Amino acid sequence: MRRNWLYGPLCLLAVPFLFPTWWMVTSSFKPVREIFAFPPALWPGSPTLEAYERVFALQPFAQQYWNSLYIAVVVTAGTLVVSSLAGYAFARIPFRGANVLFVVILTGLLIPSEVTIVPLFQLFLTLGLTNTHWPLILVPIFGAPSVLATFIMRQFFLALPRELEEAARVDGLGRFGTYLRIGLPLARPALGAVAIFTFLHSWNLYLEPIVYLTTPSTFTLPQALTQYVDAYGGPMWNVQLAAASLTAIPVLAVFVAAQRQFVEGLAHTGLKG
Amino acid sequence: MKQRDHLVGYLFVAPQLIGSVVFVFVPLGLVVWYSLHEWNVLADSFSFVGTENYAALVDDPRLPGVLRATGLFSVGLVVVNLGLALLLAVLLNQRLRGTIVFRTLFFSPVVVSLVAWTIVWGFLLQDDGGINGLLRLTGIDGPNWLRGDGTAMGAVVLVQVFKNVGLNMVLFLAALQGVPAQLYEAATIDGAGAWTRFRRITLPMISPTVLLTSIITVVGSLQVFAQIAVLTQGGPGTSTTVLVYYLYQQAFQFHHFGYGSALSVLLFAIVLVLTLVQWRMRRRWVLDET
Repeated sequence: MRRNWLYGPLCLLAVPFLFPTWWMVTSSFKPVREIFAFPPALWPGSPTLEAYERVFALQPFAQQYWNSLYIAVVVTAGTLVVSSLAGYAFARIPFRGANVLFVVILTGLLIPSEVTIVPLFQLFLTLGLTNTHWPLILVPIFGAPSVLATFIMRQFFLALPRELEEAARVDGLGRFGTYLRIGLPLARPALGAVAIFTFLHSWNLYLEPIVYLTTPSTFTLPQALTQYVDAYGGPMWNVQLAAASLTAIPVLAVFVAAQRQFVEGLAHTGLKG
Repeated sequence: MKQRDHLVGYLFVAPQLIGSVVFVFVPLGLVVWYSLHEWNVLADSFSFVGTENYAALVDDPRLPGVLRATGLFSVGLVVVNLGLALLLAVLLNQRLRGTIVFRTLFFSPVVVSLVAWTIVWGFLLQDDGGINGLLRLTGIDGPNWLRGDGTAMGAVVLVQVFKNVGLNMVLFLAALQGVPAQLYEAATIDGAGAWTRFRRITLPMISPTVLLTSIITVVGSLQVFAQIAVLTQGGPGTSTTVLVYYLYQQAFQFHHFGYGSALSVLLFAIVLVLTLVQWRMRRRWVLDET
């Protein structure tokens, strides 16, 4: 094959994608004195678990891990319910003002959540819900981030053939029953794509946690990672890298195992319809 | 039955609609209202000052630098991200063994936690870090990437490109696979070279995807925060202080909520104008509007 030379540029381009993960994991097993050693070592000289012990000793890291995980799961589940209901109605149920309402909701896409962070902070402060996880759960499920999900769901339902649903309706199934028993099972690819987007979005939130949360036991992972600093505020690199590895590796493992569904699901639902 | 449909429809969209009102539209109105007030949380004072915050915006000596950093970041990110995404997609669209492995690899940073990714790059880019270590092996004395005026912005842009370019890459890849092979065959018979085929067939055929990804990337670039907070804290000077980071500093570090609100309104206006401009441009350079 004369295209074989393409492997050269591909491998070269792969370096900045692969090397950081390698460097993160190997450096997290290095003792402090090796971290900035020259020449740089691709493998720890005397591997140690010291950094990992400190990850858990310095902060309630397991609790923080759980916080991030459960918030992302709840947000994902909530978003799937809210967006599939709304998306289904906008695609299938002829109700008065549907088009106007759809456009109104869609304008939410033009309002990044950073724009409304000040009033939302005041709102949750007034409600006494700062330093709780409620802002990180409620806003993504009902606010701007779920608008994109609703849009994706609507487009997907619009592209589905109506016959199955019409048959179900003739058989006496109501709107909700049709949505639940026929619509949702057919929408599995779109639900999958929305679930991935939503989970990653919640998992990556950084501005919101540092605005709302002040107690280490309530922190989420991104916020917790940056808290491993020495007395002068400088990063404790090996501890940060160990915590970052613990954060990244499980998600990477899931991704590699299910990469086809991930990549193709996102690519197709993001565009078609 | 018809009457019931209206009710059922409203019930289905109610959570999203009420949520949008409570968490998007009312806050948007409030942020405009707040921006007309002098609001000091520490002194517990809240008084109407009209357009004073906007006058302060115009007079703020740091704002031109902030807007310049925001613009540089967005332009740099969009150009490098879309360019690299398109290059990767074209490479992976060739009939080669193992493209799935490369696709997985280029996409993998998308699923890595943003802050974890940023921390690793921060570590690599330290003055005595991995990148300068590797450069020294080849006899090059690398700069202190994140502390240099000329390099900090470039470093932040690249870190962000590598993080998310995989997303645009798979969108481009899906679009490339939708281009009918006959078009290329016909063009080849007519004597068109590879570059001409790319310019005259590929680019026009995937232009809707280019528009979509550029809108997503532009809006995303204006929201960048974590990378700046972790890598440079806006420095050196204000050379990487983008608008959202400045807004965070003003509102949540200096407790200038009124001024922070005015900055929020500015951010909203920028997003709105850019999106509308791109949307209007679609008629000129997007083929096949379906």
